[in-house]
Amino acid sequence: MPGVTGEVEAAVAEAFRAEWGRVVAALIARTGDWDLAEECAQEAFASALRVWPRDGVPERPGAWLTTTARNRAVDRLRREAAGAAKLREVAALAPAGGSAPDPGELVEAAEEVPDERLRLIFTCCHPALSMEARVALTLRTLAGLTTAEIARAFLVGEAAMAKRLTRAKRKIRHAGIPYRVPPAHLLPARTPSVLAVVYLLFGEGYAATAGADLVRVGLSAEAIRLGRVLVRLMPDEPEAAGLLALMVLHDARRVARVGASGEVVPLEEQDRSRWDAELIAEGLETLEGELRRGRAGPYQVQAAIAACHARAAVAEETDWRQIAALYGELVRLVPSPVVALNRAVAVGMADGPEAGLALVGALEGALPEYHLLPATRADLLRRAGRRGEAADAYREALALVTVDAERRYLQRRLREVEAALG
Amino acid sequence: MQYMLLICGDESAAAHANDGCGGWSEEMLERGVLRGGGGLRPADEATTVRVRDEEVLLTDGPFAETREQIGGFCLIECADLDEALEVAAKHPAAGYGTIEVRPMLVPPPGVT
Repeated sequence: MPGVTGEVEAAVAEAFRAEWGRVVAALIARTGDWDLAEECAQEAFASALRVWPRDGVPERPGAWLTTTARNRAVDRLRREAAGAAKLREVAALAPAGGSAPDPGELVEAAEEVPDERLRLIFTCCHPALSMEARVALTLRTLAGLTTAEIARAFLVGEAAMAKRLTRAKRKIRHAGIPYRVPPAHLLPARTPSVLAVVYLLFGEGYAATAGADLVRVGLSAEAIRLGRVLVRLMPDEPEAAGLLALMVLHDARRVARVGASGEVVPLEEQDRSRWDAELIAEGLETLEGELRRGRAGPYQVQAAIAACHARAAVAEETDWRQIAALYGELVRLVPSPVVALNRAVAVGMADGPEAGLALVGALEGALPEYHLLPATRADLLRRAGRRGEAADAYREALALVTVDAERRYLQRRLREVEAALG
Repeated sequence: MQYMLLICGDESAAAHANDGCGGWSEEMLERGVLRGGGGLRPADEATTVRVRDEEVLLTDGPFAETREQIGGFCLIECADLDEALEVAAKHPAAGYGTIEVRPMLVPPPGVT
């Protein structure tokens, strides 16, 4: 019966996405051994693929997997004399020993095993690790991507990625990076690193175009999954919810933002019927709950900006005044020239292109070699009807742009203003 | 765990050589964290020793010609890296130089 096999495979795949990080996190908490945890989790999923088609999908797949992985760890540690102390810890993960989990044990195990993923992600994102290492470790241990997949997603060789992961795990062990959620006084300094890793993953996947590797495109789905876990595990952190809202509101526009020939479709020209209404509803709901707390941070403000776009059924209904005000707030929270450039776009829409151009003018020199500076100036000049200057600015942007989809957009605009010039 | 704090700085840091540690040493001794340490004379007074093919080779100067040189060190005993980083950040030299926090090698069992 191929249908049944397919169903079981789908159940294992779903359990993998939902449970991998939990299983690994629980085993690291008990053994302190990252490699052992990964290997035993791997074996537990492999045995699910063998056993579930025969015995059926267990009622609580997560508990089954944790218990199976735990038993693998117990077996392995028994073989090593040095494993005695770890063995006692692992044994405590479930009430009884034995090699095959029995149903009664599983229910108890699920209730007893606490969710350790927050400890895992804070450790993966410790600022004593390089950003590349944080990203790779998070994908490996929390999302369960293989080393080969992570290497492909970041366009590096598999051997180099394996080395990066090994080095990071070695540093955690030998430098004494604690496996914990930081104490309250360290949280304000450490939480941004966790959120930044998740947002970087989302951005990498979101920037990948239709033709790109599927693993790379899948990074944004992994980031959203991690975002949902963070919101559940850090209910008092409004920026976690802000980040989730920001990601889903952007992801809702994913399909509509790339045209038939792979070019970027600007927001104002997107077919809004292709936006994902379900994701927009989730984003708006997540965001509104947080804003009521009155502890705004950069992710919530960016999500609020995305929400303004999401609420407009047609581009003309966009509340640019509100967006310009939100960018003003964002510039205050994150004083960067890139944010200031985005504010100039919004002000250009709210108060007219000349007002936007004045703000862009103040940024000249602050963003050398950044194609979006001349591209923004070009769009504002075009709106102001100053076509000759707009054409020059589009040419300036084309000389700097590196992403094909954006190059095609700029070329199209240049052709349009040149045609209008006659 | 034991960590070595390597206190580094460029030439301008030499001006702080006799500043003392502004109460840091006393605080860390009190906490039971500080196990030892001291300041160093300037790197241009260093002599580097290597033995190759049973020949002793001496070089005038530090082992690496970099802008920043080690000016002092402290051995500390901490629960984990987070505590070591907090202790390092409190050291006055972190304000004008750089402090490298290095875990000490733990010898395998049986090696003394």
